[in-house]
Amino acid sequence: MNKKVSLWRIFLTMFKVGALTFGGGYAMVPLFRAEYVERYGWITDEDMLNMIALSQSIPGAIAINCSVLVGYKLRKLKGALVAVAGSVLPSLITLTIVTYLYEAVRDNVYVAGALRGIRAAVVALLVSAFLSFMKPFYKDVLAVAAFSLAFLLSFILDINSIYLIIGGIVFGIALGFLRIKKSTQGGGESS
Amino acid sequence: MIYLKLLWIFFKIGLFSIGGGYAMLPLINSELVAYGLMNQAEVADIVAISQITPGPFAVNAATFAGVKTAGVFGGLVSTVAVALPSLIIATLLAKYFFKFEDNVIVRRAMWGLRPVVTGLIAAAAAVMALPALLGVGSVSAIQWSALLSGIDIPSIIIALVSGFAIIKLKASPILIILAAGVLGVVLFGVIGI
Repeated sequence: MNKKVSLWRIFLTMFKVGALTFGGGYAMVPLFRAEYVERYGWITDEDMLNMIALSQSIPGAIAINCSVLVGYKLRKLKGALVAVAGSVLPSLITLTIVTYLYEAVRDNVYVAGALRGIRAAVVALLVSAFLSFMKPFYKDVLAVAAFSLAFLLSFILDINSIYLIIGGIVFGIALGFLRIKKSTQGGGESS
Repeated sequence: MIYLKLLWIFFKIGLFSIGGGYAMLPLINSELVAYGLMNQAEVADIVAISQITPGPFAVNAATFAGVKTAGVFGGLVSTVAVALPSLIIATLLAKYFFKFEDNVIVRRAMWGLRPVVTGLIAAAAAVMALPALLGVGSVSAIQWSALLSGIDIPSIIIALVSGFAIIKLKASPILIILAAGVLGVVLFGVIGI
């Protein structure tokens, strides 16, 4: 179904996401989701969570890794290259300019004001993104437990995400075996 | 040659920073300072500048350091270098992951990962909410008795309106970010709340 996603579209959407991601890391998630899941339907919420998990477990910036993964999924190597170019270009352009104007930009009240507004909005966007991602888990007690534990360990104790990712993999595989034992039907997990 | 040096430094930084974001700061610091390309104060500038510019911290750091030490071309080289390990590793991963996506073990592992990643996104929201809405640096810096004094009411209103716009009105996040930026300029810059 993804055969004919145009490379130009991939570039353009990644450029938009890259240009409007303030705050780094997960700040790109709501924008990415809005374009790829909601607007174009190129990937599902599940695909997106998978990609974030994979991005988190390999070296490099999450936003870059995610763009490579989605680009590759849509158009193989060409897609990956175009996606990375699109996501990096806004930073490259702004930083090149800002490096020369640093003194002027740093203490500018309008820039500071815009960012204060944007940061507040990003919090709301992230909340809305995680609520959407939660939808398939609401009724699954174990998934809600895994979600809560990951949230608390990351937020309160500041545990490195990579350990939580490893924990999630072990939890998923172990639970799969347990559920098969119980039901003997196999594949009891929601897909 | 300065370009090769930048290429090598930022390739290493891209390769060895797992977890992204400020996780790469110590490495950036030690590499750039060790090679004599920047001093401590300039590295601190990288952090300040990447907070006011869009995009991933690693890319911002690479472009800034590159431009600062070797001009526009230096910025380009550093940026490509920092993204290169991601491009190689994530492409290889994608190649195999999408092939084995339906394998039962992979499916179970991903099933366990999805709630965890959702938890990480929620944690990111909370971590960002502390400075953006409550004026607190981090969880460990919270002083419960003084919590009320740091509350940023205009920012909280912006967050609530943004939340309403995206959840109830299904507004696009892109539009919301742009609107919040404009509102921020007017409220905090022009009016000076």
